[in-house]
Amino acid sequence: MSAPASGGVLASSGVLASGGVHGVELGVVIFFFVLVTVGGFAAARWKRPASMSSLDEWGLGGRGFGTVITWFLLGGDLYTAYTFVAVPAAMFATGAVSGFFAVPYTIVAYPIIFVFLPRLWSVAHRHGYVTPADFVRGRYDSRLLALAIAITGIVATMPYIALQLVGIQAVLDSMGLGGSGGWFIRDLPIIIAFAVLAAYTYSSGLRAPALIAFVKDTLIYIVIVVAIVYIGVKIGFGDMFHSAKAALAKPGPTGAPVGAFVTSKPTYWAYGTLAFGSALALFMYPHSVTGVLSGKSRNTIRRNAAVLPIYSLMLAFLALLGYAALAKHTSVIGQDGKPNTQLAVPHFFDQVFPSWFAGVAFAAIAIGALVPAAIMSIAAANLFTRNVYREFFVRDASPKHEATVSKIVSLVVKFGALLFVLGMDRQNAINFQLLGGVWILQTIVSIVAGLYTRWFHRWALLIGWAAAIVYGTVVAYHQAGATTKHFGSSLAYFPWTHTKLYIAATALVLNVVVSVVLTIVFRLVRLPSGSDATTPDDYYSDSPDPAVAATAEREIAGAEPGVV
Amino acid sequence: MSQSPPTRPSGRPGPLPLGAALTAGVLILIPLVGLAIVPVYSRETPELWGFPFFYWYQFLWVILASLCTFSAYVVVTRARRGSR
Repeated sequence: MSAPASGGVLASSGVLASGGVHGVELGVVIFFFVLVTVGGFAAARWKRPASMSSLDEWGLGGRGFGTVITWFLLGGDLYTAYTFVAVPAAMFATGAVSGFFAVPYTIVAYPIIFVFLPRLWSVAHRHGYVTPADFVRGRYDSRLLALAIAITGIVATMPYIALQLVGIQAVLDSMGLGGSGGWFIRDLPIIIAFAVLAAYTYSSGLRAPALIAFVKDTLIYIVIVVAIVYIGVKIGFGDMFHSAKAALAKPGPTGAPVGAFVTSKPTYWAYGTLAFGSALALFMYPHSVTGVLSGKSRNTIRRNAAVLPIYSLMLAFLALLGYAALAKHTSVIGQDGKPNTQLAVPHFFDQVFPSWFAGVAFAAIAIGALVPAAIMSIAAANLFTRNVYREFFVRDASPKHEATVSKIVSLVVKFGALLFVLGMDRQNAINFQLLGGVWILQTIVSIVAGLYTRWFHRWALLIGWAAAIVYGTVVAYHQAGATTKHFGSSLAYFPWTHTKLYIAATALVLNVVVSVVLTIVFRLVRLPSGSDATTPDDYYSDSPDPAVAATAEREIAGAEPGVV
Repeated sequence: MSQSPPTRPSGRPGPLPLGAALTAGVLILIPLVGLAIVPVYSRETPELWGFPFFYWYQFLWVILASLCTFSAYVVVTRARRGSR
């Protein structure tokens, strides 16, 4: 599976074979990096908050972002190194099934969020909820269930941040950095980039990535338009598809074709469940919820659901760059002399564009990885602070205390992500995101069902969640990949069938079945189901209610109700 | 621990009227169904501008889904405005 189709043509692109740092490209990337760094620190003064010392300000940008900023923020948030590096790399390596599913995934995600996210926005605004776990805590009156949701969010976010690191690394490698020397020299540029990111996230909170997202998206759109024109004029779409089809049909090491050009009978279910499973998981991620809750009004969310698919068009074209790289016989040999499919897109840019423009493209990818990494670490930190630290350790934490804890945890989370980079197969980086999806999707029953009904029993939800998490993790662990024994694939046979499905989807089925059956049992034996802090009215509200919000704050803090 | 529910001031949005909810629901369902039918669009012909069917069909749905979602937005917003 490693570098399929590039076997006979590696020698033909001598541009990359030689070592040495690409000065012009590096210069352009450093220029943009300095630009966004200055912007990141300056963002603290953007829209002038009275104080950064609360989670609402640091972690949600004051909850005052309008349609345009939310659009950029969510776009910056959702279209990450996953889009720019991992998806085209998967297309390059194995074709449609493991790569192009990202297109239907990012299409169906929006109609889905259109339906339920406005409800979450309303109830969160009414009660001052910062995280999805806050909502679960209020709705089901269960600290344990909220803890489960919070931990899932934090852990699932880490491989996603790790994917961003892989993206930055691909760019650095393409510029000739990181080939030789010990691990420290090799990883120094990425450590510097991450340290700077950590510093301005720490000081500016969510405002930093929101501001930088403008730069990132502008760069990406320029790059993608130029790339599409290039493919249309110089390669031709028909020729590109034909070359890709031929390349994917070549036999791999096992004798079977290396990839699939279109889905076929054995992969229909895989394709569909990858797309729909990922779409449902998308807005369970803490960072997407953070992006949504920072919106100014309920309609901000709905309008965005209608206009965000413009990014999906970009993603679809970016995915095709994997095929363009196949057509141009792009070499994916890294600085270490080994093939690495994550290099397909950066090397393609390096191969076909002048250095300065390749530099712009690299800057776009690198910044495109930094923005979501910042938002993800902020969101994970918010989760920890609200639902672990304050809930279980310091119940009377002041807003300032909370913000401080969140800032520190945002640093810890970034380093947790490093562990995933070291521990998993970087060749198949798209699996980082898919593994996160296996876990995060299991929170959907508590959150989305909870937005509509209180029928489910809190303990049934907790046990259903646990069963699905254990099942999903164990099954994913046993999937061997090309270069790793474990976590090598996100597809596995559905029990008792010969059909492969996205593991997250199978686990979700288990989750729902267990939750429904146990809810019926627990209701029959009249196990206490706790109280509900929300009212039906809260799910339509368009403005926060100060009295209710204050009460909810106190309840979450664990103070006595009724004591002012 | 349970609070008495806050009284609803007049004009605060409640559930959508049934007609609007159904219309919006169908609009939302269309793109989901369009992309769920994987076996139907798993084919290479007819091609469009060099794009095999599998690919241009899904590109097309980016635009169609956006239109459907936007129409649903208009339906929901109108219904809310009308109910006040």
